[in-house]
Amino acid sequence: MPESAGLLDATELPRLFDALRERGYTVVGPTVRDGAIMLAELGSAAELPYGWGVVTGAGRYRLHRRSDTAAFANSAGPQSIKDILHPPRARLWSADRTADGVTTTGPDRPPRYAVIGARPCDLAAMAVLDRVLSAGAYPEPIYTARRDGVFVVAVDCTEPAATCFCTSMGGGPAATGGFDLAMTELADADGHRFVVRAGSPAGAEVLSALCVRAAGPRAESEARAAVAAAADAITRSMPDESLPDLLTGARESPHWADVADRCLTCGNCTMVCPTCFCTTTEDVADLTGEHAERWRRWDSCFDLDFSYVHGGSVRRSGESRYRQWMSHKLGNWQAQFGSSGCVGCGRCIAWCPAGIDITEEAAALSAWRRSERAQPCPP
Amino acid sequence: MTTPTLAVWKFASCDGCQLSLLDCEDELLEVAGRLRIARFLEATRQVLPGPYDVSLVEGSITTPDDAERIRKIREMSGTLVTIGACATAGGIQALRNHADVTEFASMIYPRPDYLSTLATSTPIAAHVDVDYELHGCPVDRRQLLEVIGALLAGRKPNIPAHSVCFECKQRHNVCVVVAHGTPCLGPVTRAGCGALCPAVGRGCYGCFGPAETPNTAAEAALLIGAGMSADDVHRAYRTFNSAAWEEAGS
Repeated sequence: MPESAGLLDATELPRLFDALRERGYTVVGPTVRDGAIMLAELGSAAELPYGWGVVTGAGRYRLHRRSDTAAFANSAGPQSIKDILHPPRARLWSADRTADGVTTTGPDRPPRYAVIGARPCDLAAMAVLDRVLSAGAYPEPIYTARRDGVFVVAVDCTEPAATCFCTSMGGGPAATGGFDLAMTELADADGHRFVVRAGSPAGAEVLSALCVRAAGPRAESEARAAVAAAADAITRSMPDESLPDLLTGARESPHWADVADRCLTCGNCTMVCPTCFCTTTEDVADLTGEHAERWRRWDSCFDLDFSYVHGGSVRRSGESRYRQWMSHKLGNWQAQFGSSGCVGCGRCIAWCPAGIDITEEAAALSAWRRSERAQPCPP
Repeated sequence: MTTPTLAVWKFASCDGCQLSLLDCEDELLEVAGRLRIARFLEATRQVLPGPYDVSLVEGSITTPDDAERIRKIREMSGTLVTIGACATAGGIQALRNHADVTEFASMIYPRPDYLSTLATSTPIAAHVDVDYELHGCPVDRRQLLEVIGALLAGRKPNIPAHSVCFECKQRHNVCVVVAHGTPCLGPVTRAGCGALCPAVGRGCYGCFGPAETPNTAAEAALLIGAGMSADDVHRAYRTFNSAAWEEAGS
């Protein structure tokens, strides 16, 4: 592997898939299904969303045909790398009654996944999830097992969505770490190709099995320009101030009631958020009572049961539940895990059926706080 | 240990929910092995005398006789589980609650004076204490088995009250609202069906009734934004679970 970037022709992608499979990976990546770009186990590179683009807005997502064959010139769909590493449902253990007691097994050993097309916001989210789920004294076994085995092929963002705001959350459209391979896609008159770089020994080893040419200064500069243009194309942003201070200071803002008028408390924002990690457990048993299982599934702070304690649920109103989510995500997360919980991917904006926009809500809270400060002292 | 007994009861309903029990084909023998089916007229004419450990009650209360009968059933039942939109929310027949039932009857029956009917269709819980409610038109058979299994094991059944969206995201359905612009009651509807309709690209009809704290006004605005008329939105909230949606503010 040369130090400088390599150039991988798009026709070489099937060989990348083969190389990953030969090394024991289950290949997961984006593909078009039911009008969206979804993550799925891919049988071949032909299933990638070649020539598909995406237009998003608050509460809106539409696919469209592009004029080129680019496979990754589209913003993230509703799923993220969280869906692979921290799946919606997972069996923690199962138990069977035996003649002399009970035997338990589990959790299941996960496959080793190779994730093709992870976005820089996915990598940022993975770093957040690492801190939450793997870094403490009690690593969460399912995430940690999947994370340890994963091979990440990141693709720099060249077509951010209108809902993206990673640049104001300390990220950006370039993959800077946390990947095995990272690629910048170029699809123009010079052909469909990828400027590729390795981020780990495992990535370099896979790259050595592919037909990689030296990218050369021209392709490298085109790749840099495409990523820089993506950064410039990002229009949404969070208020430029301390978000933990904002959320603490805005705790009693009347704006929460305004959000609650629109919020359906349906939980979509937490489930598409690549860092929302809360889960609950469910016990299931067959009718004979001889076999039981404990399953873990995603939970959401928008579920009334989430805050259920003896006597009832603590956060009954939509107002209190939205405030909890946003305050944790942007505020308390800092003190708890040492970073923001938001990576600016904008999924919660696009996939909110009501089109609630966390950047607009933050701006409204910020404006309210300024107006409060401007008030004269009470008599 | 004696085998617990199960009784199935019918009030104003179409029988579809109790047939969900017969539809549990793979598990039916296990159910019959763990519970003595003491009364289930859709399956057998043989009726064993009560009391019964578990009663599954389908249908709504629409006649004076039924209002009396459900009290007797409650008295002879250990655990009473209502199954389906009729039993939990009055069903489609609760449309009469805002109309004149005598006028309806005069249009259908040659001799409406033979009928003895109430002016309203009400859920079972409006008449007697209910231990568990299973929603849906019809109920989901996996939920039915979950409740039966939980009662046998003496544990709390998993019957979530959150939105259908939870199930859509869990099974990786593409959101029909956001990606297709299809009107969908999923965000305000109780989960339990496994997000059946959105899984085939259709909007949720709300047959499980309202989720725990539905924002029905915000949802109505979205449905109108997606092209539905105000009348259609009203009808969407007034189909299977009209009384429950009404209580939820729609």
